[in-house]
Amino acid sequence: MSEVNRKLAMLAAIWAALILAPLWMPLVGGYTALGTRVMVLGLAAMSVNFLLGFTGVLSFGHAAWFGLGAYGCGLLLKFVALSTPLGLLAGTLLGGVMGGLLGALIVRRRGVYFAMVTIAFGQVFYYIAFQWSSLTGGDDGLRPFYRQPLHLGVATVDILHDSTAFYYFVLVCFAFAVAAMGFILRSPFGRTMLAIRENERRARFLGIPVEMHIWIAFTLSCFFMAFAGSLYALVNNFADPRGLHYSQSGDFVMMAVLGGMRTFWGPLLGAVVFVMLQDYISSITINWQIFIGLFYVACVLFFPRGVLGILRRKATT
Amino acid sequence: MSLLRVERVSRHFGSLVAVDGVSLTVEPGELRAVIGPNGAGKTTFFNLISGFFPPTSGKIFLDDRDITAASSHRRVDMGIARTFQITEIFPELTVRENLRIPAEVAQGLRLRPWLARADDERVRARVDELLEMGGLADKADRLVGELPHGDQRSTEIMMALALKPRLLLLDEPTAGMGDRETYDITTLVRSLHRDQKLAIVLIEHDMRVVFHLADRIMVLAEGAVLAEGTPDEIAANERVQEAYLGKAA
Repeated sequence: MSEVNRKLAMLAAIWAALILAPLWMPLVGGYTALGTRVMVLGLAAMSVNFLLGFTGVLSFGHAAWFGLGAYGCGLLLKFVALSTPLGLLAGTLLGGVMGGLLGALIVRRRGVYFAMVTIAFGQVFYYIAFQWSSLTGGDDGLRPFYRQPLHLGVATVDILHDSTAFYYFVLVCFAFAVAAMGFILRSPFGRTMLAIRENERRARFLGIPVEMHIWIAFTLSCFFMAFAGSLYALVNNFADPRGLHYSQSGDFVMMAVLGGMRTFWGPLLGAVVFVMLQDYISSITINWQIFIGLFYVACVLFFPRGVLGILRRKATT
Repeated sequence: MSLLRVERVSRHFGSLVAVDGVSLTVEPGELRAVIGPNGAGKTTFFNLISGFFPPTSGKIFLDDRDITAASSHRRVDMGIARTFQITEIFPELTVRENLRIPAEVAQGLRLRPWLARADDERVRARVDELLEMGGLADKADRLVGELPHGDQRSTEIMMALALKPRLLLLDEPTAGMGDRETYDITTLVRSLHRDQKLAIVLIEHDMRVVFHLADRIMVLAEGAVLAEGTPDEIAANERVQEAYLGKAA
């Protein structure tokens, strides 16, 4: 099979699996709400990877923008308006704009310094959410708020009680976000991101203002991340300070690396593996994180290109 | 009006004076070679012209505009492109993608999140043209990191050309190359100079290449200009023979 056909076949398989998930998930012991959760976490991991895998910049505090998205969405639904679309918009803007503003301060840092500063930002937001109980509910999290029915003009869809309807709502949101990401990566701007990942010095001396392009990529990534966070608030009808914590950032990076950070779809697969392991092992032992950690170490040692990286290599040789 | 005018630039690294009051004027279409023993400050001099770091003192003008403080990407916009002594490319991208990125920069598309069909076709045509010119057409879809050294060097030169520069800085383009590859690169550089009237400044160790190509030669030693002139004048210059070619020569 040619390269192009292989890519099309993979795309078709991914979308078919996603569209038919409510049908096949119960057959393998899953349930629709689990599929929704995986998809949202997968979108978050893909957003981290937009920066990590395609610009070569490691943010270790991306949960900050995810969590801000969740709080933005939850606060709007709780205090301002009973509207799911407005909630998504508020969360995406809160996380994306904050990410863009703070990102402007740090785009000159590189490597481990960049990662450290992003952790620090994340922890700042974590403690704000943790301490500002009157607004955020503090350690107990933000509640009560509920995702609202969608008014589509001709019909009203109850995404609160109908988990299948909600799954398809999230799938449509996911599809738009992922299409935007894919579109950007195939554009001239996307190619400058690859250029920076491959060789920053060369990129600079080809006339690319590297700091500006990293900032744009970082900001876009924050918007995608905040969008995923807003969806996550809708999934749980709840926003939690732990969604901002650096351990959550670490989970997203793990998903990206597990799945394959040089691949577009890898992080989604990483999220599937991560959540399945978590779900399965945590039903056996409360010390499930040990096993996820061991699995992660094994993956990095033996399959540094991740699950999808391995599959791709197999397919081309 | 000269294209590039460098006025008494110096660059200090702590107590080391890497470049010491060097001046240089390059006319449009001129091919100038910079030679000198190792550590003479040739690459540092290139780094000053291309904006890798600012000079400690002195001024640099392009078309009589002061660019001493301009950023490196700004200088690319204004028409200065360079290659590096140690090849700087995008190893995990194909040759075609390596050329496509600067071709898009040159057409002012680098911030575009989309590409209209007409722009896309223009970029593709330009990339094909560059692949042809660099003798890389049959390797266009290979990852450049997997190609032989000579092809990587050619790719790097074509990437610089993709920017449509008015001044091309080549830092030892034939370094580490065999005779055949050296000949190919020399032929390419000569055609850029003769046919496309591109102004080129060339750092080179291979004297056959230098004397074959250059209109004028500047000799650096210990950061300062030792001599400046036509190839014949340089060949006859006793100080150059002493310092650079060795006393026996």
